[in-house]
Amino acid sequence: MSEQQSLWQFMVQQSDKLLDQTIAHIGLTCISLVIAVAIGLPLGIWIAERKRAAWVVLGIAGVLQTIPSIALLGFMIPLLGIGALPAIAALFLYALLPVIRNTYTGITGVDPAVTESAVAMGMNKWQILLSVQLPLAMPVILAGIRTATVINVGVATLAAYIAAGGLGEFIFGGIALNNTNMILAGAIPAALLAILLDFLLSLFQKARLKRMRKVAVILPVLLLLLSSFYIIPYTQEKILAGFTPEFMGRQDGYLGLKSKYRLNIPTVVISDAVMYKAAFEQKLDVISGYSTDGRLKAYDLVTLEDDKTIFPPYYAAPLVRQDVLAKYPQLKPTLELLSDLINDSVMTELNYRVDYEKQLPEKVALDFMMAKGLYKKPQSGASEGIIRLGSKIFAEQYILINIYKMLIEGNTNLKVVTRTGLGGTKICFDALTNNEIDMYPEYTGTGLLVILKPDKKTLDPIISDRNKVFDFVQKRFSDQYQLSWLKPIGFNNAYALMMRRAQAQSLSIKTISDLKSYLSNENHQH
Amino acid sequence: MIIANNISKDFNGIQAVKDVCFQVNEGQTLVLLGTSGCGKTTTLKMLNRLIQPSSGSVHINGEDIFSLKPEILRRSIGYVSQNNGLFPHYTVAENIAIVPKLTGWDKNKISQRSHDLLKQLKLPAGEYAGKYPDELSGGQKQRVALARALAADPPVLLMDEPFGALDPITRAGVRKEFLELPELKSKTIVLVTHDVQEAFELGDQICLMDQGKIIQTGTPKDLIFRPASDFVRNFLSHQRLQLELSSLKFEDIWHRLPDAPSGLEADLNSIQSLWEGMELLSEKKQEKLLVGHADNSAVKEITIQTIQSVYLEMKRNP
Repeated sequence: MSEQQSLWQFMVQQSDKLLDQTIAHIGLTCISLVIAVAIGLPLGIWIAERKRAAWVVLGIAGVLQTIPSIALLGFMIPLLGIGALPAIAALFLYALLPVIRNTYTGITGVDPAVTESAVAMGMNKWQILLSVQLPLAMPVILAGIRTATVINVGVATLAAYIAAGGLGEFIFGGIALNNTNMILAGAIPAALLAILLDFLLSLFQKARLKRMRKVAVILPVLLLLLSSFYIIPYTQEKILAGFTPEFMGRQDGYLGLKSKYRLNIPTVVISDAVMYKAAFEQKLDVISGYSTDGRLKAYDLVTLEDDKTIFPPYYAAPLVRQDVLAKYPQLKPTLELLSDLINDSVMTELNYRVDYEKQLPEKVALDFMMAKGLYKKPQSGASEGIIRLGSKIFAEQYILINIYKMLIEGNTNLKVVTRTGLGGTKICFDALTNNEIDMYPEYTGTGLLVILKPDKKTLDPIISDRNKVFDFVQKRFSDQYQLSWLKPIGFNNAYALMMRRAQAQSLSIKTISDLKSYLSNENHQH
Repeated sequence: MIIANNISKDFNGIQAVKDVCFQVNEGQTLVLLGTSGCGKTTTLKMLNRLIQPSSGSVHINGEDIFSLKPEILRRSIGYVSQNNGLFPHYTVAENIAIVPKLTGWDKNKISQRSHDLLKQLKLPAGEYAGKYPDELSGGQKQRVALARALAADPPVLLMDEPFGALDPITRAGVRKEFLELPELKSKTIVLVTHDVQEAFELGDQICLMDQGKIIQTGTPKDLIFRPASDFVRNFLSHQRLQLELSSLKFEDIWHRLPDAPSGLEADLNSIQSLWEGMELLSEKKQEKLLVGHADNSAVKEITIQTIQSVYLEMKRNP
């Protein structure tokens, strides 16, 4: 009950944002749908009389449909950049197949005796299309539009990854922040929206055949009206920031920037998968990156000094189930072979090789092990047990678990299975506490702020001290979750604001305070 | 009047129709008769250019049909198909209004016209005008299809197996109504059927077709009594007696029938066939009936026996 109340409270508290996101969501869905209908309907009509063209067109649309949505969005970025345009383009491509296919099926399904009699009575092609074929095909066409709508409401949540807004901002922010209310505040309206739009269209579909002529007029008008809700938020600002959904919701992120630095910067929400590239391509000027990210090097970005220390330390360390450590005492010393071995610049370099040079994490891990003289062949003796390694979905974690795999298999008789790509913190942590994995690499700051979430009084005295934070999470995780933090690996993958080196230099921005004063000067001039 | 001159059609090298010629005079009905695949439907559809002939010419009321835009041509030719082809999303009234609307009639005229047609076809407008095709029986649908074909009062009517989808009892009933419909009396009609009985009942002229060619063209009497070949004879052999009796009218044997006292009310008309006379005799379970002459007041008396003996005499001594 209290969960529900707090969800409600969350939604009330965030009602402005929620409304914006819902409107953006409806807008994205409807604009892409209108374009899909505007192009798919004539195309479906055109191929209805051309068998070979039908085969080709339906084939291409079918292939587009099989591309995973996040990949399709990714393909759009080099072509169309970030923001509403690529999101609408991707959604349009998804909506295309159901619209074309159902138009084609609907029109070819019209009783040939009816079309023949229409011809025989002296109707011309257009008259037959408009008063016979389209009205009779309309229920099937509408079914296609319904399918496309439901698909688009779902896929539109992913638009939040490329700064196009929508309810995905809450959903992905919530997943990243381990905030169930935030996830639900995005997911429930998205689900309701899908049901509502589907229901509205089903009313049209059930309308008697005779009313189809009216439906053919009302529907486009309605869709255009809904589309007009969406005012593309992508304005050309002098300095534009792109922050991940996670960063947007964090005290040690956007909220801290606002309260401690009083930084007021035009912001869009974007996935970290495309954020660095967007900064490099000058689509964004300030981004919220990680200080060890390989792309920092690849795209020649610099981090701005956190002169008021709002970003807590994020030292990486293995987070392991205590029952596993007790069962296999040889595990702990093996894992701690890596302690203090990787500093920031080493990690950035390793990440760079995976993220930018596209080397396999396995190979990068192996090269590192070789260079440090840590590599041993997997032991050949009978297996004493299996250790399940998990990782979040980015290169650094892939590299680390590959290193751990080699360490464990080279130094003990334990076998390793890896479960990579467990999304964000929440998914990894839940997998660990539910005994689905035995360990994964976690960051001290994440453990403190995302999982433990202590109150301000507890937080303030420890937040900027790496040892205090480590001791705090180690004690609390042991007490609350029976999980152990082993010794940190050495590097600090903290949040940082980043800019292109050239731009930062030309504007003489070195610290976040510099950025703040540059922005307030700009504002005064306007 | 329709004149078809040497029309042929091949589909990818296969000759479906070969050098077909015929002429249908105004107000007459020509039946294209044959088994399925004989080319009769293809021939019919070439008349309103639903199918483009490979060669040959067609004139309707003196006009070359290829000199007109196909849409314009078709609006002046009524068309009824086997599967009625009614628009399922249009009411009965809207279906009937299609061609008048295309040719630009005003609303009142259209509604008056569909009202009249429905009344003639025993589908009172008050009850049926607002119904949709799927609310009608098969026979009713076919009557609406006919009304639709007649709506703009075209001089020519093409009918492709118009009763083909109906069960035998409904078919006989609807056919009878068609025969009695005053609208149809003045139309020049080409009708396709595979039903010999139907051809004899409806056709002024019959074209018997086989493998894309016309085997014989003539009146029903010509075909049954003067078959051009064994094919024609065999084609008609199954119902020979019935066909012969259907093709003979009382006026053909008028002088051989015994007189009845004049001035009595006749049960039948001299232009009706011997078959119809026999049917009425058995239907009414009467010994005898009276036949009145169509042009004067003479009345003759018929019984099963007189018909039988006159018929046999006719056969022996035509």
